[in-house]
Amino acid sequence: MSSLHLAILAPLVLSIFIPLFYRIFRHIHAGWFVLPIPIVLFVYFLTFLPETMRGRSLIEMINWIPSLGIKFTAKVDGLGLLFALLITGIGALVVLYSIYYLAKNKEKLNHFYVYLLLFMGAMLGVVLSDNLIVMYGFWELTSFSSFLLIGYWYERDKSRYGAQKSMLITVFGGLAMLGGIILLYIMTGTFSVTELISQANAIFNNALFDPALVCILLGAFTKSAQFPFYIWLPDAMEAPTPVSAYLHSATMVKAGIYLVARFTPVFGEHFLWFLLVTSVGILTLVWGSIFAVKQTDLKAILAFSTVSQLGLIMSLLGAGAAALHYEFLDENIYTVAVTAAIFHLVNHATFKGSLFMAAGIIDHETGTRDIRKLGGLMHFMPITFTTSIIGAFSMAGLPPFNGFLSKEMFFTAMVHVTEMDLFNLNTWGILFPVLAWIASIFTFVYSMILVFKTFTGKYQPDKLDKKPHEAPMGLLISPVILVSLVIIFGFFPNLLSDSLISPAMASILPSLLEAGEEFMVHISFWHGPNIELFMTLGVIILGIILFKTHAKWKKIYKAVPEKLALNRFYDFLIEGMQSVPYKVTNTYMNGSIRSYLVYIFTFFIVILAATLIGKNAFTFDTSNVSSIGVYEVALAILVVLASICILFAKSRMTSIILLGAVGYTVSLFYVLFRAPDLALTQLVIETISVALFLVCFYHLPKLRRFETRMRFRFTNALISVGVGVMVTLIALSAHSNKLFDSISQYYVENTYTEAAGKNMVNVILVDFRGFDTLFEITVLAIASLGIYSMIKLRLNRRKEE
Amino acid sequence: MEILMAFVIGILFMTATYLMLSKSLLRIIVGTGLLSHGAHLLILTMGGLKRGAAPILGGNAENYTDPLPQALILTAIVISFGVTAFFLVLAYRTYQELGTDNVEEMRGTEKDD
Repeated sequence: MSSLHLAILAPLVLSIFIPLFYRIFRHIHAGWFVLPIPIVLFVYFLTFLPETMRGRSLIEMINWIPSLGIKFTAKVDGLGLLFALLITGIGALVVLYSIYYLAKNKEKLNHFYVYLLLFMGAMLGVVLSDNLIVMYGFWELTSFSSFLLIGYWYERDKSRYGAQKSMLITVFGGLAMLGGIILLYIMTGTFSVTELISQANAIFNNALFDPALVCILLGAFTKSAQFPFYIWLPDAMEAPTPVSAYLHSATMVKAGIYLVARFTPVFGEHFLWFLLVTSVGILTLVWGSIFAVKQTDLKAILAFSTVSQLGLIMSLLGAGAAALHYEFLDENIYTVAVTAAIFHLVNHATFKGSLFMAAGIIDHETGTRDIRKLGGLMHFMPITFTTSIIGAFSMAGLPPFNGFLSKEMFFTAMVHVTEMDLFNLNTWGILFPVLAWIASIFTFVYSMILVFKTFTGKYQPDKLDKKPHEAPMGLLISPVILVSLVIIFGFFPNLLSDSLISPAMASILPSLLEAGEEFMVHISFWHGPNIELFMTLGVIILGIILFKTHAKWKKIYKAVPEKLALNRFYDFLIEGMQSVPYKVTNTYMNGSIRSYLVYIFTFFIVILAATLIGKNAFTFDTSNVSSIGVYEVALAILVVLASICILFAKSRMTSIILLGAVGYTVSLFYVLFRAPDLALTQLVIETISVALFLVCFYHLPKLRRFETRMRFRFTNALISVGVGVMVTLIALSAHSNKLFDSISQYYVENTYTEAAGKNMVNVILVDFRGFDTLFEITVLAIASLGIYSMIKLRLNRRKEE
Repeated sequence: MEILMAFVIGILFMTATYLMLSKSLLRIIVGTGLLSHGAHLLILTMGGLKRGAAPILGGNAENYTDPLPQALILTAIVISFGVTAFFLVLAYRTYQELGTDNVEEMRGTEKDD
């Protein structure tokens, strides 16, 4: 157990103490106890920075299930550290924000912070585990904690719906990913990502390679809300805003991005990888941006915007994977896509986090998030306005903020796609920059809507529940810090390039580096009047036009059906999954005990007949039979007659007496078959049974004085004859087929020496098979308890009382 | 003898099944009683019948019958008694509460609750 493992598990372990503190220190907001955890972890992970900057990585290992090759291997490399810093850094800010956002007295804070810490630990586990099975476990834990956090206000229908939806979709993807991991294991025999990368070339032509690739991508696409799985993210906005800012924009939804980045060295050279990641990414980017423009709820705009931005990062990673086709580093222009992806990942966390927090503040202070009701808030909330406008301008890709830089690099990467001489990209590759450009226009438009519809325009006090005023300082600290980062990274992007971006690139594209080499990343503002600059200018001009004329376009936006076809399909699927099996089950589970018995007996007959015929199991051998005496024939006739007479008995009394007759005859059989203990037991039990029968039915109310004889039913007769025949055949086969020697000789030899008894049956019961007898007594005890409670239980009378 | 017993057991199972498929609670219980008799005899027959003296040491017998099936049956007899007693009280109480012994009138699923 190294300090690294402790760091990963710390949030999980410490979450246990939160409810305790919550109970003891009622008057202190539980968030204050949580806040130190991410801060300490953030500082702890910062200490790894010098190592990863030198291109090294730290690996600590605990054996977990060595026989299956499952080890808890924690690995800190450039990529993992980048995510760990994001998780703990944003985590600290979100916890701070939540302290002021969630009221101390109204909310179940003990639940909230346990879920949040659960998520933090799980997410750290995902990005720092080298073993894929361990990673998968943490991965599902993130889905699970996300479910709990979305459903935090569980008394709301929408929360429960959103929680279930996100759970079903992300767990579906998680299971697909598990399938992919197992396929990779079958091919390579290892769960370690590091070892997988070293074997990547060997499995490239394996038949399982493509299925594994698709399965892994399913996991990534569902988690990162890519088309068509993005539908869970807008519904996840039912979670409290700190959660939306943390899980559903900055960290958890980026787990899919992480997965794609992590597996790029394994799959990256494959055409299918490039095709799926890049095109799904770019499609999500366009789709999300268009839907974002239509929304009227601030958080819904941000949700679709997140979907769209995740698509952007995804497409960049796909395009960057193409760099692996060129085995050189110098002048490999395609690596810029990976640089842009990582840079934008960080930028997105900063500006989207601040925007979510601003949306939360607006919701908190005005009581609504509907942009149709909002407007003119600039004068009431100047600080919130400032943070929002900086965040939104960064998202729109305007200088001098960090979003501008990564957007420019995104354009560069997309333009480079057209220049690749792979996969015929020089013909259809032109689609990528065009789609990227269109999506950027819409991104610009919704960013403007977000700020200007809220903060400028007409102030509508009559539509607001509360009188708006600036938020308290505590709520503003976190967004202000994030916005400062937006500006700092905008002016000094190279703060990140050597410390975080270059080491992370080394993890994504390791094969391009010779030993001791590292990626030289330099991000600059001014590249001269190139095509990207003109694309940005076009975005700004067209974007402003579209925004100014937004009202006129509303009809066209609405032409896309209001209720999404995809959502309808999901609802249909869920509804169908419940109602169809319910109907199917109801067709045969009809509540009649007779039907159930018919199923059981029919199954019994069919499966035994099939086995006897199919395995050719029936044998008949008369060579080893014992003699038949007169007594035995007489007893056999007696049993058969008595049992058949029961079928025709009219009254209860007759059938009970006939059952007794069968029982006593059976005990006589035991006498003849040299089983004295059985005969004695049977006699006693039979006597008690008959007495019990008579007592029970003597006391019964006389419903009908004369019972009708059983009516003959053909199906019943057929089934019972079938059962009888099958049992006879089995009895004959069992007699004729002695596969093993009897073990009775063991008892003959050992009964006296081992247990000092002479009656073998007794010794077996109390000694050799003592547990059987113990459980037999247990059954009797349970039966008697049941009988006792049935006699005591008076349902009707209790109702009357 | 084993062949004869195989047929006796078959008939016991047949009548038991027919009774269990009927509507009356009492007949179902009688059916389970017959079924357990059949099962006990089946176990005994499988081990072979009359292959020696009763399984009690000290008689200086050359062979003993197989004691293991007998031990199993002894357990089974007691358990089937417990189950029958439970069934009987269940039927008795059902009569009292519902006023019927026809299982077709007792049918219902969770949906009906």
